[in-house]
Amino acid sequence: MSIMVMLKLLSAGMLKSISIFAFTLILSIPLGMLVAFGRMSKNKVISNIIKIYISIMRGTPLMLQLLVVYFGPNLLFGMNIAGYKYPAIIIGFAINYAAYFAEIFRSGIQSMPQGQYEAADVLGYSKRQTFMKIILPQVAKRVLPPVTNETITLVKDTSLAYALSYTEMFTLAKQIAAAQTTFAPLFIGGIFYYVFNFVVAEVMNFIERKMDYYK
Amino acid sequence: MSVLEMKNIKKSFGDLEVLKDISFSVDEGQVVSIIGPSGSGKSTILRCATMLETINGGEFSYLGRKAAWEENGQVVYAPKDQLREIKKDFGLVFQNFNLFPHYSVIKNLTDAPINVQKRNKDEVYAEAKELLIKMGLEDKADVYPYQLSGGQQQRVAIARALALKPKMLFFDEPTSALDPELTGEVLKVIKSLTEMKMTMAIVTHEMKFAHDISDRMIFMDGGYIVENCTPDEMFNSTNERLRAFLGKLEGGY
Repeated sequence: MSIMVMLKLLSAGMLKSISIFAFTLILSIPLGMLVAFGRMSKNKVISNIIKIYISIMRGTPLMLQLLVVYFGPNLLFGMNIAGYKYPAIIIGFAINYAAYFAEIFRSGIQSMPQGQYEAADVLGYSKRQTFMKIILPQVAKRVLPPVTNETITLVKDTSLAYALSYTEMFTLAKQIAAAQTTFAPLFIGGIFYYVFNFVVAEVMNFIERKMDYYK
Repeated sequence: MSVLEMKNIKKSFGDLEVLKDISFSVDEGQVVSIIGPSGSGKSTILRCATMLETINGGEFSYLGRKAAWEENGQVVYAPKDQLREIKKDFGLVFQNFNLFPHYSVIKNLTDAPINVQKRNKDEVYAEAKELLIKMGLEDKADVYPYQLSGGQQQRVAIARALALKPKMLFFDEPTSALDPELTGEVLKVIKSLTEMKMTMAIVTHEMKFAHDISDRMIFMDGGYIVENCTPDEMFNSTNERLRAFLGKLEGGY
């Protein structure tokens, strides 16, 4: 198999990896925000449930979580899981990453000085206005570096979709490598990840610079 | 009429009684300074008056409108919409400025009048620019707080409070985070407000300043008001606790 053919096959696989990456990010960031609020809730029942959820998501392998999300509905409720594989991957990734993002957002929100809330209160801002106009923009700036970290990890984690025998880029690379007894596809796969993460890091860097107009 | 009237205010944090029984009022156009040692409760009384803390006993009102009072031994606050109206009566300047770092100076001044008070944008901007001129900061409209000195930041904070046109301004140790040079420029601005007949209550350690600008001075100690009198009476008082406090200030170095 020529390098060109490998590149073509792996590029198609990379699109699958990128789709997992993109959907996970789009879903897990807002979900993480909600989870962070739940974690900080004054309602003990809610905050404890969320605490357990975060603890399980962080304390067990993502691969196992993917298996549970995919096979669970069938094993527990006898649901027909045909055609459910791709949604299961996205759900599994999203609920796992939401837990990590939630903790990042929580630390960002809790790091805001009390004085910002007090100043907003005395100036008459409503709770909603205070959060949306005063707190959230500053939190976004503070959490950007750890969010970048998670995002880069997510790019590489997409390869875990092989647990549900979903042939994203790296699974494909391994299959070709085994069939053709060559290391080349794995090497190309590595370059793909690196280039994609380089772009991700540059984009995040750009956003960070955009937010650097204040300290 | 009194702008602020506080009666028998009590406040505890857990088992710690910080305010034991505080009553005083501030009349329109009056400047009242509150002095006292650390832990005497002077900042707490300001935070109760500005509703950053809730009181555990007593009552207080702004311009005759009750903000909180006691019913069957329990403190009740006015309904939310009434409190929102009452909160428009006062502004607060913090020790640590608490400017919004992500807003430029002019946005710090204009955002609340436009988005909270829903006033006309052009009008608000025009007034904000005038306020900046008064503060000697006309060339700083578009810079961000981190680019300013502490004294400049505090002057922006004063302008921000004034932009909402409050009936009364509170200052919580407005110069405690500043060096002597920067303290001077902020005190000058506060003094200029007395010429505009602004009603003010100031918690401060600047004794000479308090003496010069105040109509009344309040000396607090241990959660009580020990003296509430004119500045001259304050400095000539024979109260031992007060004399010890003032003496330490003058000769303590």
